[in-house]
Amino acid sequence: MYKILHREDLTPQIHLFRIEAPAVAKKAQAGQFIILMVDEKGERFPLTIGGWDREEGSVTIVFMEVGKTTRKLATLQAGDSIHAFIGPLGIPTHTDNVGTVVCVAGGFATAIVVPVAQALKDAGNKIISVMGFRSKDMMFWEDKLQDVSDELIICTDDGSCGRKALVTEPLKEVLETHKDVKLVIAIGPTIMMKFASATTKPFGVKTLVSLNPIMVDGTGMCGCCRVEVGGETAFTCVDGPDFDGHQVDWDVLMARQKSYCDEEKTSLDLWEEYCRSQMGGKA
Amino acid sequence: MADEKREKPKINLNRVKMPKQEPLVRAHNFDEVATGYTKEMAMEEAGRCIQCKKRNCVAGCPVNVNIPEFVLALRDGNMWDAVDQLKANNALPGICGRVCPQESQCELVCTLGKKGAPIAIGRLERFVADWESDQTNKPKPVIAPSTGKKVAVVGSGPAGLTVAADLAKMGHQITLFEALHVAGGVLVYGIPEFRLPKAIVQGEVDYVKTLGVDVRLDAVIGKIDTVDELLADSYDAMFLGTGAGLPMFLGLPGENLNGIYSANEYLTRTNLMKAYLFPEYDTPIKKSKKIVVIGGGNVAMDSARCAMRLGAEEVYIVYRRSREELPARAEEVENAEEEGIIFKLLTNPKRFIGDENGWVTQMECLEMELGEPDDSGRRRPIVKEGSEFIIDVDTVVVALGTTPNPLIPSTTPGLDTTKKGTVVAEEETGKTVKDKVWAGGDLVTGAATVISAMGAGKRAAVAIDAYLKG
Ligand SMILES: Cc1cc2nc3c(=O)[nH]c(=O)nc-3n(C[C@H](O)[C@H](O)[C@H](O)COP(=O)(O)OP(=O)(O)OC[C@H]3O[C@@H](n4cnc5c(N)ncnc54)[C@H](O)[C@@H]3O)c2cc1C
Ligand SMILES: Cc1cc2nc3c(=O)[nH]c(=O)nc-3n(C[C@H](O)[C@H](O)[C@H](O)COP(=O)(O)OP(=O)(O)OC[C@H]3O[C@@H](n4cnc5c(N)ncnc54)[C@H](O)[C@@H]3O)c2cc1C
Ligand code: SF4
Ligand code: FES
Repeated sequence: MYKILHREDLTPQIHLFRIEAPAVAKKAQAGQFIILMVDEKGERFPLTIGGWDREEGSVTIVFMEVGKTTRKLATLQAGDSIHAFIGPLGIPTHTDNVGTVVCVAGGFATAIVVPVAQALKDAGNKIISVMGFRSKDMMFWEDKLQDVSDELIICTDDGSCGRKALVTEPLKEVLETHKDVKLVIAIGPTIMMKFASATTKPFGVKTLVSLNPIMVDGTGMCGCCRVEVGGETAFTCVDGPDFDGHQVDWDVLMARQKSYCDEEKTSLDLWEEYCRSQMGGKA
Repeated sequence: MADEKREKPKINLNRVKMPKQEPLVRAHNFDEVATGYTKEMAMEEAGRCIQCKKRNCVAGCPVNVNIPEFVLALRDGNMWDAVDQLKANNALPGICGRVCPQESQCELVCTLGKKGAPIAIGRLERFVADWESDQTNKPKPVIAPSTGKKVAVVGSGPAGLTVAADLAKMGHQITLFEALHVAGGVLVYGIPEFRLPKAIVQGEVDYVKTLGVDVRLDAVIGKIDTVDELLADSYDAMFLGTGAGLPMFLGLPGENLNGIYSANEYLTRTNLMKAYLFPEYDTPIKKSKKIVVIGGGNVAMDSARCAMRLGAEEVYIVYRRSREELPARAEEVENAEEEGIIFKLLTNPKRFIGDENGWVTQMECLEMELGEPDDSGRRRPIVKEGSEFIIDVDTVVVALGTTPNPLIPSTTPGLDTTKKGTVVAEEETGKTVKDKVWAGGDLVTGAATVISAMGAGKRAAVAIDAYLKG
């Protein structure tokens, strides 16, 4: 069992947990992930490592409520425990000094981009960050991203904060005006990573994306997480999660992400029914 | 009662039948297929043994279990004697009795097999083990005084569990690291409940804990501490038993379509994550109508039989050789046939065809014929040119075999590995070329059997103990 030391609600749907897991904290690096099980009957699912404190022996995760599992996780409070917490998995993001790096963060992934940008900055890179949210009330951590960036561009879909644009628009402009950009790192919803990669391709700038297929074990044992990159099959959990965005077959990834739509809906409906019955019981 | 039988000089060539759930019933539940002998049945079967001087069965057993001795004790109803004889060389009899390929080991060479049915050694082994586990007055295991030495065991499959138990009894302090959230290796994530109830595996894990072994789950060695870090930290020796857990794919067009699973994924979802109890358990698995399993080993049989139990209407096994070459345990092939699984032998897949949403809908196959024997001694399957045909499917499970996960070899400098990714270790001791490090089980042999992994564990424990005391 792994104790939740601290909980913070970044938005009503996005939560931060600091979890006691000394063995993972000791080795965690930016860009890696953990596999988590909420309880004994829960599924194994991945969340990116958002930060760590080696002294305290804790690891930070940030997650968005999507379906049953993330909603169930969101019902836990500081002091509660989760059943399994396995990591650090995957290959850390390479954070060499290449010069100027653009970090693109979409939605909840801002929390994941911050430690990556930090590591890149510590390595001596100049960081230009672009963060995109649907609207101002879903936004968080613009200050943290600002702290690790030399330049920060905020955009929202509805224009409620910063520019009214998708992240690809400012990304394109940055590449047009900053010829010295050597690397783009794009992390966020699959569709955003796909279009960010398409945006950078004509500029020939290397673009790393952090892929998020469905996983089970996270150690290379099942092949559920396979993706096609440059015409070859790769296992995201051991060969990634970072891949060259220009080489990824996005159609395969997006199709595979939808493998269990019906089952996910069944789970969520039952969960909502259960939540309603619990509320009814209390009223 | 036993005396009566002994007076009958005539040799009985027919074995006592194993009670099983009816095929049509069991094909829809995950309860154990074979329900086990009663004491009367077990004693009757044991009574058939003619106590050969030559002890063929013992020689046929990879760990040389004292078969005639335990069978004799069972025949006479001396149950604790039977337990002691059985467990002298086999640490996991309740598991081996259920899953060993007896027909190609001890029972293959049993003298009675020349004229009739060999003694049902596996079933008797299972009976004795189950009898013991039902007893409440079990003798406490004898643990030698502490030696103050610490050993780290990596992987909790049959190899790791055996090393940990034996070394703990020899007085060493053992930490057992397991990557998954449950201990047991393939015994929990691969072999299904209906063949090996998880309570039996858990019983063995609990036993290992009662010996003082510290079992650390969720511990991926190489990702948390590496082998060298553990050795530098505090351990005097290490045993690597991380198995052969990496699935192989065919490398055919369309293999990444939705609905195509590795057997590891299909079985892990079903067994470890209990997808057969979805939505009570959260992990989903595809509800198939028509499913093809590619392969002919135990892994393929288990996948096909799980698919049946998950509600598939038609389940096919596609295998490129003929029935004689099926590598699975004979009993499981029979069980699969009884349960209605259709065997498409001498058939090999060529490619997978999908719909506009990326789901597999068809599999193109080729017919095969058998040519000259190959390296494995089995006749080589050859493609019949122009024999392409199509099978409609909504799910495919690829059960081609597995290789060791490279994580440990790649994070452990100084280990010697083969081209197949297995770790090189001495057969007799399990010693690797790296100082203080032993290895055994599927990691060394490639995918093999429970009994061979257990045997490797026993030998390594003796060698590690000698090293620590030397
Ligand atoms: C390497 C990696 C890192 C991730 N990091 C984060 C993170 O830091 N924060 C965050 O909020 N989310 C992250 N995700 C996504 C997160 O795992 C999913 O949102 C979560 O599994 C959804 O589960 P659910 O039951 O709530 O939703 P569901 O309704 O079950 O599923 C919603 C969608 O999530 C995906 N999904 C479902 N089950 C799994 C699974 N077992 N493994 C992976 N994806 C699944 C599917 O594409 C599905 O369509 C990451 C995914 C990957 C692969
Ligand atoms: C579906 C299936 C059916 C089978 N049926 C039979 C049968 O009927 N009869 C038979 O005799 N054999 C059968 N086998 C083969 C048998 O199960 C294996 O040969 C045996 O389990 C090997 O034992 P092992 O201890 O070497 O490894 P495993 O049982 O594979 O255990 C290795 C363990 O190490 C863990 N591990 C891996 N890497 C790490 C790491 N880095 N850190 C920590 N832990 C790690 C794994 O999670 C796993 O739990 C079957 C195999 C499968 C897959
Ligand atoms: S070979 Fe068969 S009959 Fe002979 S001792 Fe062994 S089990 Fe008994
Ligand atoms: S999640 Fe199982 S192999 Fe990657």
